[in-house]
Amino acid sequence: MQMTRDLRIVSVQEWREAAEGTVSVRGLSAWYGRHRALTDVSLEVRPRSVTALIGPSGCGKSTLLRCLNRMHEVVLGATVSGQVLLEDEDVYGSGVDPVSVRRRVGMVFQQPNPFPTMSIYDNVAAGLRLAGTRNRGVLDGKVEQALRQAALWDEVKDKLRKPGTALSGGQQQRLCIARALAVDPEVLLMDEPASALDPVATARIEELMVELKRDYTVVVVTHNMQQAARVSDYTAFLLSEDGGGGALVEYGETRQVFEEPRDERTRDYVTGRL
Amino acid sequence: MARELRTGMLPPRVRRASINWGDRAFHGITTGFALLIAALVALLVLELATESVPALSRFGPGFLASTSWNPVTGEFGALPFIYGTLATSALALALAWPIGVGAAAFLTELAPRFVRSILGTMVEMLAAVPSVVYGLWGVFVLVPLLRERVEPWLIERLGVLPVFSGPPFGLGVFAAGLLLAVMILPTLASVSREAMSAVPRGQREALLALGATRWEVIRAVVLAQARSGLVAATVLALGRALGETMATVMVIGNSPSINVSIFAPASTMASVIANDFNEATGLQKAVLLELGLILLVVSLAVNTAARLMAARSTR
Ligand SMILES: Nc1ncnc2c1ncn2[C@@H]1O[C@H](COP(=O)(O)OP(=O)(O)OP(=O)(O)O)[C@@H](O)[C@H]1O
Ligand SMILES: [Mg+2]
Repeated sequence: MQMTRDLRIVSVQEWREAAEGTVSVRGLSAWYGRHRALTDVSLEVRPRSVTALIGPSGCGKSTLLRCLNRMHEVVLGATVSGQVLLEDEDVYGSGVDPVSVRRRVGMVFQQPNPFPTMSIYDNVAAGLRLAGTRNRGVLDGKVEQALRQAALWDEVKDKLRKPGTALSGGQQQRLCIARALAVDPEVLLMDEPASALDPVATARIEELMVELKRDYTVVVVTHNMQQAARVSDYTAFLLSEDGGGGALVEYGETRQVFEEPRDERTRDYVTGRL
Repeated sequence: MARELRTGMLPPRVRRASINWGDRAFHGITTGFALLIAALVALLVLELATESVPALSRFGPGFLASTSWNPVTGEFGALPFIYGTLATSALALALAWPIGVGAAAFLTELAPRFVRSILGTMVEMLAAVPSVVYGLWGVFVLVPLLRERVEPWLIERLGVLPVFSGPPFGLGVFAAGLLLAVMILPTLASVSREAMSAVPRGQREALLALGATRWEVIRAVVLAQARSGLVAATVLALGRALGETMATVMVIGNSPSINVSIFAPASTMASVIANDFNEATGLQKAVLLELGLILLVVSLAVNTAARLMAARSTR
């Protein structure tokens, strides 16, 4: 499948478009104060695909994810070294504003967290307003588009003025996805987006991830092996051994990682022996 | 039938009964205390009302609108004191609110951890300073400073405005308002700080992840979600300013008059009561008690409002 896409590239412009949403992690290490949480992680996230980050609890999956949109440094005392290239720009380069990085790399959290003081509409419009969009018509259009992309439009179109917290957990999480999509990012990061949801709501989120990879690069952290196998195209397995901070053990196509893992530790983990 | 159903479904009766007795006794005692407090307040209102009957029947509702104050001829009106109370409290709130809420936002959102704990403790400690100490500071430091420097400076530059006109007395509405501002600042700051730190971390991160600056997070998430707590802080502070007596008596100048200029001396309901109750007899005593009644009603109303808002914010 990747092959067919590569063969399609005929012009510089198409090559550019194909590269949009590429994330290259190079030699990334991360700390919380003096505690090392990630050790020298390097990986290339393919554009317009779903990449799953798996590994045992505390191995640094969330940390890696949060390093990709510079949310890691929001934690007091947290530091990073290494590079994260968005296409070919280092998001940690000098003079790069984290605010602009976060507009290009959206994020969905484990707990659905719509803003309780804002309506459904205002929740989705929040990012657009931050970016300076004031025109009512533009906002209306983008809010509807984002809600449609998040497969929520039909359920909320008659109550856009209701508070965002008045929705069910699954709907709230799709609202948060819509909120992240509204600013039209290139990459969407999701940290266990379905772990607080029931199976039906989880299935909807999973369908959505598969939908979204047509337009976005999706990176998802999950504890659920079946989920990783179902929705992702590529899988990265991280492991933190003897407190040294999480390191990348294996990275490849999901089918290969699950069916013919190259590393013994990966095999132990995906078969549930670790 | 209900009894059979219960015995069928619950563990042995003996235990249940003993738990219930404890519960019931506790319930009874606490209800008793609550009623006692309500009764005390009711009694206080009743007592004040009966004691002020001579004034109530003599002046009627016109008392609230009259500006005369002449113990010799027996002419009394409440308006100068109502004005003094409202003017000093409003001034105090206007000065203290931005600083208190700003300090709270700084402490919860921006300050490094060690500054946070040191400043936080200092703010809490300010709330424990007795008001007579504030009064002393007001008399010996604040008032001379105002009279010799601040007020002349303001009059020279803004004197065309009636509010800033007139001679610099030092003692007056301005001094009282400033001193009250200092006194309510800790309440404002610490209650707002609590309200702000109750806003979940995830909410801040959610907006940051959308590409917000720290300032935008404070405005759209922290202040917005702490709003009812901020209202409660405001009303609590206002309640304290309205009723504060000792410090006000010491710096307000104690003159039953209404002036446009904030530099003029004035009097509040609380300060006139504290000043005059010693010599007051007959009608004047009734008048002071009626002022006390008005002040009590206003303070209770403000306090009740604060409680209702605080209850709504925790929901
Ligand atoms: N805010 C923080 N302050 C200090 N240490 C932290 C913080 N967050 C995470 N850590 C530490 O960093 C390491 C990696 O944490 P991280 O949250 O990235 O793990 P994870 O793989 O996402 O785990 P989980 O699957 O449980 O979510 C852990 O050892 C954790 O204790
Ligand atoms: Mg995690």
